Amino acid sequence: MNTVIFRTIAPLIVAIMLMFSVYVCLRGHNEPGGGFIGGLIAASALAIWGMATGVETARKALRVDPLALAGAGVFAAALSGLASVFTGSPFMTSIWLYLDLGETSVPLSTPMIFDIGVYFVVLGTITSIALALQSGEES
Amino acid sequence: MDYALAVLVGLFIALGVYLLLSRSIIRMLLGVTIFGNGVNLLIFTAGRLTREVAPIVPTGLDQPAGPIANPLPQALILTAIVIGFAMFSFLLVLAYRAYQELDADDTDTMRLAEPEDTPRPPLSY
Amino acid sequence: MPLVQRFSAPFSGWLLALVPAAIFVFLLQFIGPVAGGQTVATAIDWVPAYGLKLSFLIDGLSLTFALTISGVGALIVLYAPAYLKGHPHLGRFMGFMLAFMGAMLGLVLADSMLALFAFWELTSVTSFLLIGFDHSRQAARRAAIQALVITNIGGMALLVGAILVRQLTGSWEISALGSPAGEPLYGLVLACFLAAAFTKSAQVPFHFWLPNAMEAPTPVSAFLHSATMVQAGVYLLARLSPALGGTAARSTILLVFGGATLIWEALGALRQTDLKQMLAQTTIASLGLLVMLIGLGSETAIAAVIVYFVAHAFYKAALFMVVGAIDHEAGTRDITALGGLADRMPLTFIGAALAALSMFGLPFTLGFFAKEEIYAGLSDGPRQDIFALSVLVAGNALLGAVGLLVAIKPFLGAEVTTPKAAHEAPIAMLAGPLVLGVAGVVAAVMTDWFGTSVLEPGATAIMGEPVTSHLTLMINPASIALWLSVLTRGLAVLVYQQAATIRTLLRRASSVLWTADRVFDAVMFGLIRFAGAVTRTLHHGRLELYLVTVFAMLALALFVPLLALGGIDALLPISDLGDWSARLVWPDLQPYEWAVALLAVVGLGAVLVARNRLVAIVSLGIQGTAVALIFLLFGAPDLAFTQFMVEVLSVVIPALVMTRLRLDERDHRPFEDLARDGTLALVCGAGVSLALMVVLSGTLDTRLSDFFTATSVPIAHGANIVNVIPVDYRGFDTLGEISVVMGAGIAILALLQRKKAMPDKPAQARKAAS
Repeated sequence: MNTVIFRTIAPLIVAIMLMFSVYVCLRGHNEPGGGFIGGLIAASALAIWGMATGVETARKALRVDPLALAGAGVFAAALSGLASVFTGSPFMTSIWLYLDLGETSVPLSTPMIFDIGVYFVVLGTITSIALALQSGEES
Repeated sequence: MDYALAVLVGLFIALGVYLLLSRSIIRMLLGVTIFGNGVNLLIFTAGRLTREVAPIVPTGLDQPAGPIANPLPQALILTAIVIGFAMFSFLLVLAYRAYQELDADDTDTMRLAEPEDTPRPPLSY
Repeated sequence: MPLVQRFSAPFSGWLLALVPAAIFVFLLQFIGPVAGGQTVATAIDWVPAYGLKLSFLIDGLSLTFALTISGVGALIVLYAPAYLKGHPHLGRFMGFMLAFMGAMLGLVLADSMLALFAFWELTSVTSFLLIGFDHSRQAARRAAIQALVITNIGGMALLVGAILVRQLTGSWEISALGSPAGEPLYGLVLACFLAAAFTKSAQVPFHFWLPNAMEAPTPVSAFLHSATMVQAGVYLLARLSPALGGTAARSTILLVFGGATLIWEALGALRQTDLKQMLAQTTIASLGLLVMLIGLGSETAIAAVIVYFVAHAFYKAALFMVVGAIDHEAGTRDITALGGLADRMPLTFIGAALAALSMFGLPFTLGFFAKEEIYAGLSDGPRQDIFALSVLVAGNALLGAVGLLVAIKPFLGAEVTTPKAAHEAPIAMLAGPLVLGVAGVVAAVMTDWFGTSVLEPGATAIMGEPVTSHLTLMINPASIALWLSVLTRGLAVLVYQQAATIRTLLRRASSVLWTADRVFDAVMFGLIRFAGAVTRTLHHGRLELYLVTVFAMLALALFVPLLALGGIDALLPISDLGDWSARLVWPDLQPYEWAVALLAVVGLGAVLVARNRLVAIVSLGIQGTAVALIFLLFGAPDLAFTQFMVEVLSVVIPALVMTRLRLDERDHRPFEDLARDGTLALVCGAGVSLALMVVLSGTLDTRLSDFFTATSVPIAHGANIVNVIPVDYRGFDTLGEISVVMGAGIAILALLQRKKAMPDKPAQARKAAS
């Protein structure tokens, strides 16, 4: 699997897939997409990267343990639910904030943060599984 | 068209059950996945089928213009797919480790927890 | 407790005894009001929604018991640390003792039937812990389990009885209990309460657990098995007398069982040479006597219950403590190996003598009154009491003889060499017998006070109507009771003198009897064997059979409702098919939809027949892709994309693992298994299909879907409803689900990490080694 062609185009594929995954995740509220799909795409990208460059390199490039990303995701999702405490409403009540940037307005919301949390959980968990299995493969 | 899918769901379930009843771990794993897919399709079909109209509200409207696919089963299945996959991965690795430790892929030869020669209960205080 | 022990080890008993002593003093202040006819009641809300209250009541009966428990308890708590001096688990022991005392006080003071039950069970549990205190000995473990099993059978009966009474009379409070006599269920209620009382108070045929419970340290026997726990059954009978009493059935049962227990166990006591066993069996006999008296139910009989209970508590606890002291100081408690201890242990002897004389029933002791009351109660009663009277005379004579044997024989006569050089017991161990012995005399001398402050209120509470005491120290030569007493004493002395001969005779006779104990063992082991057999049948350890069971149940769960509720008939009216060809409609699928369905079937078939793992994985991908396409075709792009991504990963990840597994892909099932599994699979599949078709032929409740569709944009600000539901409406669920996903990840990593910790293949190595 570790051919020159694969190694050469892998970074390109990975970069495109990661970009696409973020795009899919963020547009999820209004069009097909969302944290689950985005996370799966990103995890596939990182798995491909692991195959191309080796697990150790992939881990170094990630800088953080993928499972830590998953933990951060759960944490972010839970925190986004807690934000409603400040408005005095029940847990997980959504709060919306529209940032006016001249031409367009950017909607920021707690469900969006929640979805990003989901994204990181799926990404982190599946990447860590894939990388762990690959490192077993190499040894 | 609903009934055709119902038959298909039955096929998924039947094959899933058949594979799960096998004693080979790897076939049981395949069975779990197929059974899961069957159940997902079951929920999907039970929510009634609508061709090609995704449950998305067009921009600028408050409610969809015409009939749309039932969003509720879709939302249920969405998480089920991801969890099902996580579970499949776990079972896979578990089978792999069991194979390494016990050198067995047949459930009848995996007797670590319930050995054949389990001692009888003690008859004293 | 451990803290107290550490800083004041020599005084721990004295310090701890302050607790029950304080309770005793606190309870003393109620004597006046209660004697004046008042009752003190208090209640705490327990489960207000069901009208349950933790209610407590102090009347003459409960006060008598509570005073006895706390008073004797204080002396025992003083006694125990001296008896168990240096025992490593003394602290634990004292903890159990105090816990038991609390439970016992709660039992006698409770007014709510359910609170009574709870305390009843607590005394069973703490008694289990105390009997099994020396848990390294098998006999102690057996005795503890036996006591727990027997008393808990009674506890269950008590609960059933309490609930029945509540249903019949509408009250949980004993004080508010109406009489269920005359109700059709009265017999059952009575049986429940009698079972509870007889098991707790060790009446025949449940008598055998109490002698075995003598495995407990002597302080336990002195406290639980003389004056408190075993009296709980008597207490229950007395407490419920106003509600349940007055029927012939109850009187007869109590008389017969109480009398049988009295004679049987009094003879049993003579058979023994172990002082503690003798006392244990006389205790059972005394309990039988009390049960008889309650059964008689006349005013004097009930008065006798109170006097006898107090007298018995005093002398029996004292005698147990004396036996403990003898055992402790002389190293044996075999009656044939003891003699002439009076010189060496004079104070112990005084305590023993006072107790024994009370048990023997000499004047100026409480035991005298107890006996007088009993005989007075019968001699002025109807003629049919003659039988009961003769039983009582015989029983009392035997008990008196045992009292003399236990308390006099070891001290008098020629001195015998004992395993340990006997000397006087420490003051903490002497306090109990002496105080109780003196108290027995004092109470007897203060006749009037005892009569009006203890006897009258107690008897009144049992009778449910005022009772007047007629205790007197005057000896009336004209009364039959006096001459019966004299007869009893004469018989007792006779038996005392012939004790050795009687013992030999009884032993010879009993070698074939006394088997209830063995029946218990047989029942217990039978239960264990039965449980083992059931477990082996159900837990055969063959996974595929477990799964066959599961799926067979699935098939049943699918088909039984379908057939029973006529689901299939609605779908396909077999009885009246009509023009069946009209029903055969070719599904209205588009060509590309046919293609996708075909793809799914091909994928499934390929998985089934795959001969190597790569083919299996790829076919798994095919059926998954087909599922994704179905999602896409029927308006679920989110699902389709997710399924696609999962299929990609499902091929990549198994490929990583499976290449390293030398797994056998072929199916090894023999033909009959194949047939069984195939049939079961087809039945399950058909069941699911049919159930789904029935669902589809009904109407869909779209309220939830409509709500989500209508509000997704206005309140959740999202156009993609499928995404809005999990991240907004059902965010809490999704939070749980992503936690599960992460948990699976952690578990997988943990499984893989373990391998790295043990790099060598252990399986092969282990195989080679074995």
